[in-house]
Amino acid sequence: MIELHHLEKRFGDSFAVQDLNLTFPDGELTALLGPSGCGKTTTLRMINRLIEPSGGQVRLNGQDTRALKPEALRRGIGYVIQQVGLFPHLNVAQNVATVPDLLGRDRRATAARVDELLDLVGLDPDTFRHKRPGELSGGQAQRVGVARALAADPPVLLMDEPFGALDPLARDRLQDAFRDIQRRLRKTVVMVTHDIDEALRLGDRVALMNAGRLEQFGTPDDLIHRPVSDFVRQFLGEDAALRQLAGQPVSRFMAALDGASPLPPVAVEDTLNARSALAVLLREGTDRLTVTRGGQAVGTVGWADLRTSGPERP
Amino acid sequence: MRGGRGGRWAALVWPALLLLCLIPGVLPALIDPLGLGEVGTPERPLWQLTLTHLGLVVLASVVVLALGLPLAVAVTRPGRDALRQLSETLVGLGQTVPTFAVLALAVPALGFGWAPTLLGLIVYGLVPVVSNAVVGLQGVSPGALDAARGMGMSARQRLWRVELPLARPVILAGVRTSTVYNVGTATVGAALGAGGLGEPIINGLSQQNTALVLSGAVLAALLALSLDALMALSEPRP
Repeated sequence: MIELHHLEKRFGDSFAVQDLNLTFPDGELTALLGPSGCGKTTTLRMINRLIEPSGGQVRLNGQDTRALKPEALRRGIGYVIQQVGLFPHLNVAQNVATVPDLLGRDRRATAARVDELLDLVGLDPDTFRHKRPGELSGGQAQRVGVARALAADPPVLLMDEPFGALDPLARDRLQDAFRDIQRRLRKTVVMVTHDIDEALRLGDRVALMNAGRLEQFGTPDDLIHRPVSDFVRQFLGEDAALRQLAGQPVSRFMAALDGASPLPPVAVEDTLNARSALAVLLREGTDRLTVTRGGQAVGTVGWADLRTSGPERP
Repeated sequence: MRGGRGGRWAALVWPALLLLCLIPGVLPALIDPLGLGEVGTPERPLWQLTLTHLGLVVLASVVVLALGLPLAVAVTRPGRDALRQLSETLVGLGQTVPTFAVLALAVPALGFGWAPTLLGLIVYGLVPVVSNAVVGLQGVSPGALDAARGMGMSARQRLWRVELPLARPVILAGVRTSTVYNVGTATVGAALGAGGLGEPIINGLSQQNTALVLSGAVLAALLALSLDALMALSEPRP
């Protein structure tokens, strides 16, 4: 658990971050969202002390982070940045092994761990182990970046616009891959982003910041359906609900087959995103769609199912 | 691939030519047909002069690297922009003073011989090494540095594991330039009694023996080309 208590950062007379109180729950991904210059990256960098706070406190599992040496603190926290920052003179395996090496872990165990991680991020170890960062595409490089951050199995992961530099296709794929990884590993993740879609899609919770202060902290549902201010409403935009649908597969909204009523004639795959399913409903002028998996009907979905906000319905 | 390998073997052409010319009698025989006169028998064999020359240059390069690299590292640490500019000015100044002036000024302090020559070579050699090392260290990608810091590397670990390896090609290019320049500069040292390949050149000039001048010049040029080619081998291929 990461707790921020009255955290602040002053640069001269101006506040980059002011009186920030926030708790990042264990095992959840919290998106730090906000316009540029709102203090989100400064906040992230104060967690691993790349920036020293001017006031307040950061607590990691109850312990004040100032009690630790910065290097020791950082080795226990995964770190992923937009520029990826792979070391170009080292191969993929050596890059991934950086933190285990710094921690003096056994070389052989680390080599096995590297392969495991490359597998996890969807890169074949035999193909990629000995490649240099210069030989990788942007998406592959960031996969290695994620593997490197996970190498020492840190409970906490800090990510600064990790998918921001990728083209839309690679970004989608990597977001999907990362969501699957996170579902398995349940790390405590803090991810800085200015991309609303990304925040709604990946965030269990969203902390929306504005001008150095926290505007709202809640689930994506909270922000979309229960915005606390005009700023939140305006920042998310009129189509926030659509954006949220876009980040979820239709299978999360579908109703189970009851066996009695006939199946609707129009079918969609269960991996289709819910926003596209909504578009199909509009296009076909129909009330329900059949959801199929591999050609087999697994459920149906209609307007009312999509209107309920998100998968965790009360 | 084949081109790359060919390029590697080509690097050995100059050292081979140099060694060939150092076999007693070979260089005079090559110069003789030009009709410039007799090379004659120098006091010391050419191979010995070449070794002295090489020793001076290599020693200077080692000292230059030992002084220049820590200097470049020191001035490229964060928050030392003023120091960096000062060092660049000072080092640049070193190069604007004529070679002969540095050597002549060093004589009263160090006497004749190899010592003032070595000092001159160090002063001149520092320029490319320091400026390249500064450029190389400043050119390290900010992303890699931020990642290194964020993963918990100490300042020392960042320097040894990230900055120096990444700046290495640029630093080595600086050492190469410095060394090759100094092969030329070191010939002047003969005027101060440092020996080396400047000796036949100066003797040749005073005796109006063009063939002798040429023998020293040819060997100095071959030595420079050889060092350049051999040091190019240490640079990573594109």
